[in-house]
Amino acid sequence: MTTPAIGKTILILGARSEIGLAVAHAFAARGYAIQLAARNAAALEAEKADIEVRFRVPVTLHEVDALDFAAHEAFVGGLPALPDVAVCAIGTMGAQADNEQSVEATVMELRSNFEGPAGLFTVLANRMVARGSGALVGISSVAGVRGRAANYVYGSAKAGFTAFLSGLRNRLAKGKTGVHVVTVLPGFVNTRMTAGMDLPAKLTAEPAEVGAAVWKAVERGRNVIYVRPIWQIVMLVIRHIPETIFKKLSI
Amino acid sequence: MILSGWGRYPRLECAVSRPRDIAAAAALCAAGPVIARGNGRAYGDAALGVPATLDMRSLNRMLAFDDAAGVLVAEAGVTLAEVIDVFLPRGWFPAVTPGTRFVTLGGAIAADVHGKNHHKDGAFSSCVEWIELLGPDGAVRRVSLTEQPELFGWTCGGMGLTGVILRAAIRLRAVETGWIRQRATPAPGLKSAIELFEASAEATYSVAWIDCMAGGGSLGRSIVMLGEHATRAELGADQRADPFVRKRKRAKTVPFDFPQIALNSLSVRAFNQIYYGVGAWNAGESLIDFASYFYPLDALLEWNRIYGRSGFTQFQCVLPLAASFDGLTALLRAITKSGQGSFLAVLKRMGVQQSRFSFPMEGYTLALDFPIRRGTAALFGELERIVIDHGGRFYLAKDAFLSAQALRAADPRAADFATMRADTGTAPRFISALSERLQL
Repeated sequence: MTTPAIGKTILILGARSEIGLAVAHAFAARGYAIQLAARNAAALEAEKADIEVRFRVPVTLHEVDALDFAAHEAFVGGLPALPDVAVCAIGTMGAQADNEQSVEATVMELRSNFEGPAGLFTVLANRMVARGSGALVGISSVAGVRGRAANYVYGSAKAGFTAFLSGLRNRLAKGKTGVHVVTVLPGFVNTRMTAGMDLPAKLTAEPAEVGAAVWKAVERGRNVIYVRPIWQIVMLVIRHIPETIFKKLSI
Repeated sequence: MILSGWGRYPRLECAVSRPRDIAAAAALCAAGPVIARGNGRAYGDAALGVPATLDMRSLNRMLAFDDAAGVLVAEAGVTLAEVIDVFLPRGWFPAVTPGTRFVTLGGAIAADVHGKNHHKDGAFSSCVEWIELLGPDGAVRRVSLTEQPELFGWTCGGMGLTGVILRAAIRLRAVETGWIRQRATPAPGLKSAIELFEASAEATYSVAWIDCMAGGGSLGRSIVMLGEHATRAELGADQRADPFVRKRKRAKTVPFDFPQIALNSLSVRAFNQIYYGVGAWNAGESLIDFASYFYPLDALLEWNRIYGRSGFTQFQCVLPLAASFDGLTALLRAITKSGQGSFLAVLKRMGVQQSRFSFPMEGYTLALDFPIRRGTAALFGELERIVIDHGGRFYLAKDAFLSAQALRAADPRAADFATMRADTGTAPRFISALSERLQL
């Protein structure tokens, strides 16, 4: 693909994730320079080469630890440029069985999926407000809509992140800051995280679909998106099941 | 999970893992016998590993591209479709491509696939600079014509049975446009089709659609299609606006499994009648986009469903040049007599190829699809005998039926391949349903 340099940059937080990489591809295809941030970023050389070969855009690697809160300011300040778009694809899905038996595992799950992303977005949001432009994209989850026995620790962390994004969007929109927040609820995605799960094909997106959906959402200034439209219906139903019934279901 | 090849026959319960990096692939190999699987375009059981199948599609990164030489270094799970998407707009095209672009580089090397330019440029291995191969000992080796050439030779066309192909460097062809100048010529019978091929050795691409339902004087009637990459100067105004064919027709998807009755000898005969008639009517020169020329079936996603739930198989053989006319005549007679012919039948002249275990040889290759039905196995038995009697051989990437004995009767190299597997320690480490069936 011939990509004209457009002078824009996107930061991918959690760049090892397949969703994060798919978003990077979607934006690189439109000429964005790419900043890939993750723990052990040096091991992302192949991903960097791949994006450079395919799209001929500059790619830089950046070390970040979402749980090292004291370093968040320095991390964002140390980027070669404050990005036009920042996407947070940081997340873990621990085994629910471990999470419900271990306080340490529960706290870790909550911090990785909620506190870390919220901390990074706080720093990025304030800098983007100071500049007067930007977009923040949080990859949250349909699991945060209602807690289920199957993954409520993960789900509650995502619920926190979803509420954080919604509040941040409200704050930035009211203040006419020029910074927009997008919440992505991908539904099932065919990734490492879901490997081995028996997922219904019609409800399961490929990472590239998430990438394309994020691009469209940023372009059009959408607020909350699902990737496959069918999830709107699924979640409409799930939201409206009375709790007396919901608590007895295994879904 | 239940896996099958493109023909959806056979279907086997296989343990599937999807490594995301080389360390993960190596760990899976160390755990027991495996076979690597690309995009599942081999028709039969070549990429079915019951104990462990490695789904290589996540190892799909492009690692480097040399703009001057047109050499791409990429992981094995990258598909030719991706290569075309990225590099055709920069003036590069795969040097060798099979009839679908949805194959991975690893799969293309393992089957040593051929294209419409085989008579001129050889099989896929001719554009492979080197391969990185994960061996039975867990070590990664680089093999090429100069580094461990023997292992390189066995790996090209080795059906994944020499190790797991992790990365490769492939040479692309420089092209000015994504358009093909096609010349179509009707051949009213087999003899004239062969004469046309023999007179067209200079054409870059050549292939024929052959009517395998027509008998008598029309036996082997064909539409021979020659192609050349169009230069910029050869484009018309319409094509000049889009020299690299960025605007593509949207692919359609076959929505359900067709019932068996949909394909019968009447419908296929009618289709072939019309196809030949239209082809003869439209004979002459035309400019068509690369996708329509090389990959007509890729425009119909999941087209394997038109053969219904029971699946289908493709019979592809190659016959040595001297025996081609007689052998093809015998094959076509057997097929027309059975009434089981299909509408997707292809005839092609192949060039000389020196390789250890790849399919091509100088002569003619015939490929046709058959739905799996009662009688398919019997017809295959008859076709096999004809091929063996004429000194021909079979394409393992398509095959699902051949016996170990028939393979050895057709191809003395099979025994050498099995010996190599035993000597190198690969036999117990890399196992597919195909290697078990053919005792390789």
